Amino acid sequence: MSFDYVAPPAAPGYTGFAEKEHHHDQGGDTVFGFWIYILSDCILFATLFATFAVLRNNFVDAPTAAELFELDYVLAETALLLLSSFTFGMAMLCATHRKMRGLFQWLGLTFLLGAGFLAMEINEFVHFTHEGASPWSAGAWSAFYGLVGTHGLHVFAGMLWMMVLWLQLRRDGLTENNEVRLMCLSLFWHFLDIIWICVFSVVYLMGVL
Amino acid sequence: MASNHTVVTEPHAVFGKLTFDSIPYHDPVLVTTFGVVVIGSIGILGAITYFGRWRYLWDEWFTSVDHKKIGIMYIITALIMLIRGFSDALLMRSQQAIALADASGAGYLPPEHYDQIFTAHGVIMIFFVAMPLIVGLMNIVVPLQIGARDVAFPFLNSLSFWLFVAGALMLNMSLFLGEFAATGWLAYPPLSGLEYSPWVGVDYWLWSLQISGIGTLLTGVNFVVTILRMRAPGMTLMQMPVFTWTSLCANALIVVAFPILTVTITLLTLDRYLGTHFFTGDMGGNQMMYVNLIWAWGHPEVYILILPAFGIFSEITATFSRKRLFGYKSLVWATACIMLLSFVVWLHHFFTMGAGAAVNAFFGIATMVISIPTGVKLFNWIFTMYKGRVEYSSPMWWTVGFFLTFAIGGMTGVMLAIPAANYVLHNSLFLVAHFHNVIIGGAVFGYFAGITYWWPKATGFTLNETLGKCAAALWTVGFFVAFMPLYILGFMGMTRRLNYYDNPEWNFWLQVAAVGALIILAGILVQFYQIFASIRDQKRNLDTTGDPWDGRTLEWSTSSPPPFYNFAKLPAVRDRDHWTDMKELGLAHREPDHYERIHMPRNTWAGVVISAFAMVMGMAMVWHIWWLAIAGTLGMLGSWIAFSFDKNRDYYVEADEVAAIEAARYRALRESPDEQDTEMEERYALSI
Amino acid sequence: MAQLHSVDETGHLHGGAAHGSVREYLVGLLLSVVLTAIPFGMVMGGFGSEGLAITLILLCAIAQVMVQLIFFLHMNGSSQQSWNTASAAFVVVLVGILIVGSIWIMQHLNHNMLLGH
Repeated sequence: MSFDYVAPPAAPGYTGFAEKEHHHDQGGDTVFGFWIYILSDCILFATLFATFAVLRNNFVDAPTAAELFELDYVLAETALLLLSSFTFGMAMLCATHRKMRGLFQWLGLTFLLGAGFLAMEINEFVHFTHEGASPWSAGAWSAFYGLVGTHGLHVFAGMLWMMVLWLQLRRDGLTENNEVRLMCLSLFWHFLDIIWICVFSVVYLMGVL
Repeated sequence: MASNHTVVTEPHAVFGKLTFDSIPYHDPVLVTTFGVVVIGSIGILGAITYFGRWRYLWDEWFTSVDHKKIGIMYIITALIMLIRGFSDALLMRSQQAIALADASGAGYLPPEHYDQIFTAHGVIMIFFVAMPLIVGLMNIVVPLQIGARDVAFPFLNSLSFWLFVAGALMLNMSLFLGEFAATGWLAYPPLSGLEYSPWVGVDYWLWSLQISGIGTLLTGVNFVVTILRMRAPGMTLMQMPVFTWTSLCANALIVVAFPILTVTITLLTLDRYLGTHFFTGDMGGNQMMYVNLIWAWGHPEVYILILPAFGIFSEITATFSRKRLFGYKSLVWATACIMLLSFVVWLHHFFTMGAGAAVNAFFGIATMVISIPTGVKLFNWIFTMYKGRVEYSSPMWWTVGFFLTFAIGGMTGVMLAIPAANYVLHNSLFLVAHFHNVIIGGAVFGYFAGITYWWPKATGFTLNETLGKCAAALWTVGFFVAFMPLYILGFMGMTRRLNYYDNPEWNFWLQVAAVGALIILAGILVQFYQIFASIRDQKRNLDTTGDPWDGRTLEWSTSSPPPFYNFAKLPAVRDRDHWTDMKELGLAHREPDHYERIHMPRNTWAGVVISAFAMVMGMAMVWHIWWLAIAGTLGMLGSWIAFSFDKNRDYYVEADEVAAIEAARYRALRESPDEQDTEMEERYALSI
Repeated sequence: MAQLHSVDETGHLHGGAAHGSVREYLVGLLLSVVLTAIPFGMVMGGFGSEGLAITLILLCAIAQVMVQLIFFLHMNGSSQQSWNTASAAFVVVLVGILIVGSIWIMQHLNHNMLLGH
């Protein structure tokens, strides 16, 4: 490293100012920012997975996971969520081609599938609690409800967001703002499906082994 | 204090756990403090009302999305919290100086009070002083250094700040309503569990950290996007100023570390509120998992604090050595290495928990490895000064003070990283001395250097140099007098957080440490007087050129304080030290021939209102007032949704308005009595 | 994300192949169904040893995550997405460190502290 650095000569006509300012792509900023948020959410789930991994066998006197889990039920939940990821993709395609009717239909279908998933999950939680496996009955069950419940809470938040966006789309149509919001929600929804893949693999499938 | 209270276990339907008994009116110290705070607040609020400044405050500051104003508000809040955190420090040092137990008693602070004080001291200094100081500096400086007009998400920035304020307010309310945690700053269970901390202290800790922590997470996302996507045309990554680089790494760390904190304290919250068994001692919970998780966040947090400080020292060293920074690339790579390595050392905070030789050895070695990139940085700064024309202005005083103290802190850190030695030193005052050594001598000195360095940029006038040097000297000397005895005491076997002791040999060194704390107090008083005197005499210290230090980077190219849009014309960057480049090419302060309209975000009420609801929710949760907690949550959601329907969020500043503001600036520049500028131009003209 | 490269020079969002096609989504769905069916079938049918089952479950999970990233989120290695990919890689490394590190540490702690034994 030289102590006396000399900058290269400037190009002719260089003023130090940008001559033409390009319109800044704020929508791109938002989508990228949302991506960064989702990555932070990955860490959030990683922490919950780590907790689950550490506590997963501490059933004490409560029923064990292998005794309670019903895989066909989980398979049905999985099908609902996976299908909702697909229908959201269809909604995005409609948005790209400005087909508003299709957009609303696919979005509505996604909402219903999400609601179905959530209803099944709540039903499962109630059932487990009746069987003596509540969040406070043992460390392993606390970790189970903590992890799966946080995913469910995210799905709930996604549905709330979908309702708000529905109203915004009804009011303003596919403005640039709303399109960016739709992209962010789509990222969020696909992300939740990806988390669910990890949940059914690690919690349910490995739980009954 | 907790012990004097009947702990309400069955919360009332309307008032939750809140009773008249929750107000500590029987404690004369607290009642007096409360009186002073109330009278002071009434005085300030009354003055604002009398002078009719509410409208101004609301329009120009509270609802502002301007990164410079938000940065200033962060720093003001941090300095107020510093008063409280430092008062706690004085209480502890004075207590320990006289707490040699004998027939007449042991000090003046009862244990339950003392425990809350050391907990509050740690929490306040890290979360509500160090964090806002550095986030405030990043807010003021980073967009200016990269040639941006604001951060990527101005509303989120405002929301982050107000969530932080909500957390800080909650923490302060615990002083006069209920109690604060008496668990140590990281609230390990089982002590922080319901069984051993049945009242509201830990709940205050949980909710104030949760709320302000979410604000910090949003800040992290915001600045990562700002730095990666909003740099001026031409500025490549390897042309970013080092402070921007270190801020990028620190914010990336925030994004990946703070979710761990969010989850960990949420799980502890669930244990306390719903009776789950994540960290309980029975029913399959695991207390060690809490320690594991909290440090998986806690260690990166240390680097979130220190990395930007490293960036500040880099800027200052280069500017005041009048030289290009030595080894820029190695500094950047060292920063990136530290960022990654900071995630593989967390176990060194609990070597003694008993993970065994293999695990301890891995984390011990990883910890030692991290000192290598840190050492690289120290050499970079020293070689930058080597053969430079070093000007010892007050930011340089802080920097040199940092070299001295941080080298020692780093070395004691490597000592603690040796697992075998750690078994002797863990939880002793040696540890306390070490982390104050790196946090005060590293991070805090950096923040003060940064505040002095960028003060003129934010306000338009420089701080008093003599008083600044005085403060730096007092802090450095005070630091050594206060903390070197703690190393000695550690070797003598004194553990941390002792309310009283019966070993007379410790007493002398604790009294020396108390004297050191008083010297630091003198330093702080000088700093506050420095701010006061500089504001009073600002006419004499005006920064008319926007470049008071003959700076090298982009922020010095705009006026001080910058116009709300920062840059009338976006700069086109071709060199790492853009502003030096401009000066050498003779292009500095050249007036552009035309302007274009500028797109700017509008101020918004949403940050303040959402945070106010968050605070209502937090307070209600602390006191188990369920209906109010639900109302607060709905208020947060509702106001955010309402804001999302607001389409009127931005506007254009028309070209002629920009032209008028800029014309005034260039007129002032031409008429500037400050000869420094012309002298500088001559010098550069000669050098070309 | 992929959506980013549907942003043209003027900053306006416009449609394009980047959003994927019905075919792309259908292929993604099909692959996901297969990669879900394999581990479920294996566990529900009780085929293979436990070690084999765990390996297969994890492999299918990783594969399905990749499938969804590529077919639903349209991630590709293009330069417009370099920061998306780099940041995701960084986070994947940290997720690994956090989970594997915690399990490793806690196993040793539990063993030495005689918890769960």
